[in-house]
Amino acid sequence: MGMTMTQKILAAHAGLDKVEPGQLIMAKLDMVLGNDITSPVAINEFEKAGFSSVFDRTKISLVMDHFAPNKDIKAAQQTKQSRNFANKYDILNFYDVGNMGIEHALLPEKGLVTAGDCVIGADSHTCTYGALGAFSTGVGSTDMAAGMATGQCWFKVPSAIRFQLTGSLQGCASGKDVILHIIGQIGVDGALYKSMEFGGPGLASLSMDDRLCMANMAIEAGAKNGIFEVDDVTRAYLNGREQHPGVTYAPDPDAEYEKVIEIDLSSIRPTVAFPHLPENTKTIDEAAALNVAIDQVVIGSCTNGRLSDMAAAAAILKGRKVAKNIRAIVIPATQQVYKDCIRLGYIDTFIDAGCVVSTPTCGPCLGGYMGILAEEERCVATTNRNFVGRMGHPTSEVYLASPAVAAASALAGKIANPEEVM
Amino acid sequence: MVQGTVHKYPDNVDTDVIIPARYLNTANHAELAAHCMEDIDPDFRKKMHAGDIMVAGWNFGCGSSREHAPIAIKESGIACVIAKTYARIFYRNAINIGLPIFECEAASDGISDGDEVCVDFDTGLITNITTGKTYQAQPLPPFIQNIVNKGGLLNSLK
Repeated sequence: MGMTMTQKILAAHAGLDKVEPGQLIMAKLDMVLGNDITSPVAINEFEKAGFSSVFDRTKISLVMDHFAPNKDIKAAQQTKQSRNFANKYDILNFYDVGNMGIEHALLPEKGLVTAGDCVIGADSHTCTYGALGAFSTGVGSTDMAAGMATGQCWFKVPSAIRFQLTGSLQGCASGKDVILHIIGQIGVDGALYKSMEFGGPGLASLSMDDRLCMANMAIEAGAKNGIFEVDDVTRAYLNGREQHPGVTYAPDPDAEYEKVIEIDLSSIRPTVAFPHLPENTKTIDEAAALNVAIDQVVIGSCTNGRLSDMAAAAAILKGRKVAKNIRAIVIPATQQVYKDCIRLGYIDTFIDAGCVVSTPTCGPCLGGYMGILAEEERCVATTNRNFVGRMGHPTSEVYLASPAVAAASALAGKIANPEEVM
Repeated sequence: MVQGTVHKYPDNVDTDVIIPARYLNTANHAELAAHCMEDIDPDFRKKMHAGDIMVAGWNFGCGSSREHAPIAIKESGIACVIAKTYARIFYRNAINIGLPIFECEAASDGISDGDEVCVDFDTGLITNITTGKTYQAQPLPPFIQNIVNKGGLLNSLK
């Protein structure tokens, strides 16, 4: 029996010809990532265990993005501890205020991760880099500490669900709508411990931003990783960007899958996940009919803070005004995305429409700062989680959607269909 | 072997309710424990005693990779967690920091909030003292047992 893409990458990094689902392996790592929340815990463990060197100062990325620019004194202490560690071990990829962006937008943009890599990050959305054809997965701070010290991590080889894509997206539908649709279909533990492997004739029609968004939310179905087959879109994205040469792995024709699910992209409607789980999805047609009044909109995050997300929001907001009493917060995910938004006039569009535009930060997505919700307030967010209390008060509500739906909802003051605005 | 009172929770308990992100501006274990479970069970800290046991349904610990979640549970004094399944990052993190966890669907179904339960770590045998029923959990694979026996991942690497 053949191997899936993920199994091939894990086998190569474990120095094995073949691996099987359930097998425990020790794999070499191409990148170890941490942020300002998870790195301090990892650094404490690293030091407590008595390590005095890192395995490779060029293969560690520390990104100060969650509560940075520092939201309070404690957050400042955490970035300070991370900064001191980065300086002590001369960590090459330390991103602080001024050059930082949201980690999962930043690392692909900088070419720090590429096809065929084996990556761990102490952040659950590390699965984003599967869009590039890498094996990439979230771990905790202790795994990060061990990874920084040894350059290795243990894995249980996952089985896989294959998503065979056909057709192409229509109208305002985006990668966000595809992944919300899938999570609605299989549930928040529908891919527990498994890989989600994406391919098929519809793949070529998906932009890299769509793929990064979809791989990003694989964790929301419980998956170990999401991974996309490498094609011309991947190669065009990586060309001139990747900092080390990538390796293309394709699944074997006789690879074994637990399930094959066909997704006709042409049939995907803009989709909204209602509180308090990403699996509680409704199409925009069902959602808009419910007249859900809202208080805030957030457009950004590691899921939807890239340039095409900003473009989708700007197209809807251009020449229009955010509804009265709605706070609309736009957060380009990296400095480069921010600069591109300025160059393309999107920032003027956002501000003229009545939005506020923030420096890159994860802030509001996880209820950190920059857009916390009060009691019983509702927010349409392009982020990735709508758990109880995720964005503020335990009685507040988060509705997950695409940038187009979020922008249309900001104009209407309630969950709205972007197709009716355009 | 531990014995304690059960605090029962539903399916899909996520790491945001185990320890809300607004408290992640510190890595201090005691400060994290002070806010454990507060968004779904505000009285958790008041009603629990050291050595108590947490029982939940499917997909416990889903969401964020924050190791602060198992740390907050362990530091609260919870002796072990029993659930039908765990989100995979939480599972790794619990083992890596030495919080004993067991997967057992029947035990999760058969144990109620407030029951007195005994768990044998070596055999995976779970006894509900209140009802007299017993359940067999999957013992940890030898590879994982080695990590636990050596006191966590980093100690096992030395």
